Amino acid sequence: MAFSDGTRNLFADEIKRIKEDGLFKEKRFICSEQDAEIEVEYPEGAAHKKVLNFCANNYLGLSSHPEVIKAAHEGLDNRGYGMSSVRFICGTQDIHRELQDKVSAFLGMEDTLLFPSCMDANSGVFEAILNQEDVIIADRLIHASLVDGIRLCSAVYDTYKHMDMKHLEKKLKLHQDKRTRLVVTDGVFSMDGDLAPLDEIVALCNRYDAMVLVDDSHASGFIGKTGRGTHEYFDVIDGIDLITTTFGKGLGGASGGCVSGRSELIELCRQKARPYLFSNSLAPPIVNASIKVFDLISTNTERRDKLEWNTKYFREKMEEAGLNMRPGETPIVPVMLYNAKLANDMARDMYAEGIYVIGFCFPVVPAGKARIRVQLSAAHEKEHLDKCVQAFKKVGDKYGILGLGKNEIIEKYGR
Amino acid sequence: MDDMKEKVLEYIIDEYLDEDDEDDVSYDSPLISSGIVDSFSMVSLKRFLENKYSIKLSDEEATPEAFDTVDSICRLVSKHLG
Repeated sequence: MAFSDGTRNLFADEIKRIKEDGLFKEKRFICSEQDAEIEVEYPEGAAHKKVLNFCANNYLGLSSHPEVIKAAHEGLDNRGYGMSSVRFICGTQDIHRELQDKVSAFLGMEDTLLFPSCMDANSGVFEAILNQEDVIIADRLIHASLVDGIRLCSAVYDTYKHMDMKHLEKKLKLHQDKRTRLVVTDGVFSMDGDLAPLDEIVALCNRYDAMVLVDDSHASGFIGKTGRGTHEYFDVIDGIDLITTTFGKGLGGASGGCVSGRSELIELCRQKARPYLFSNSLAPPIVNASIKVFDLISTNTERRDKLEWNTKYFREKMEEAGLNMRPGETPIVPVMLYNAKLANDMARDMYAEGIYVIGFCFPVVPAGKARIRVQLSAAHEKEHLDKCVQAFKKVGDKYGILGLGKNEIIEKYGR
Repeated sequence: MDDMKEKVLEYIIDEYLDEDDEDDVSYDSPLISSGIVDSFSMVSLKRFLENKYSIKLSDEEATPEAFDTVDSICRLVSKHLG
């Protein structure tokens, strides 16, 4: 047997170390549809518990929307279950083209290419368009999937301090000798919920002849007055060269992602991006349901408007209650606790109160910046938000952190 | 050498630390293995050294190990300066 006891112990020891470091991710099972109210089996084997979900990326509440489910059924009935092919051999249906066209129109881009996920889009895009004569200049807090994609590309990789425009300008000046420059940022940063200043980034890129790529996974569908994303929010739709985004968050929540942007860049991705060339096509039910999502959110802004209202209301009430949050206006609300044990203990107590939230610690966020990340949804009703705030009040009071600022919490619990 | 160490340390603090970072960086602090400097963004440090001291560092020399402390960086640069 190749998997000897020695080999097994090697891996078992690594798992033990992960547990000892307090970084072990436990299994949690959702035994209902994804929605604002869900049934959870946690810990494994425990009786199902009804809780309010405040940690899903279900921003627009479309994960279990009846019209989306109906469209998925129609996709299954009319175009089948799977494609048994990558896109370029025999895996492209008319509905794949239709979805790409809808995405381009919605985002205001020239062309779009679907990928099995946004992780795949981010893995493939850099290597497809750049080489060692180019430079990628990225914000230091970009998503891990962008970092992975950049590592697969031979372009020089440099970074700038998080949202520091002076530092970005310095880097753009430094790399003027390169063939091209590509500035990379998240539109909304997933852990802090802050918005990249795309207006300033685009202005700098125009001045120093650089392209801009934005990962708008935590923005597409709801940021900006009609939900087009961060580029709409900052009124720079024409200034963005590439957008990567996912259908796995606000836009239906199943899976799939895309690269959207200048037609030549998209064509190069179609010819060269490895996750596009070597991974299966997005399944017809997901494609058809995603088309319906774009129809729904293009027709009216009701859902993103409700999400905006929920965000304002929740932040106001949490502030009144004395919780220490990172300021912002996106539906990602980080409740800052700094200490990892405190974040995990409070999240566990919140669950006991019927609120499903998670503590985030190093290495997902920087050491000493542990937090509970609350994510709001258009599926939340006012009474859901009130219940969540009440639970934070009760649990926050138990740990004596209400009304305390950063330094006072650190003084009390350490980093 | 001390002047070089001071200049390199000053650059690293300015380039890699944020205002609210509380890391205390000294000449022998691990930079890359501690995560202060991302090994993939060493490029700006390399370019700074090359420009400042008019030297050329090959990719074989500019390893994460050689760039891990201000002390080791300055040893590498000194070798080139003769």
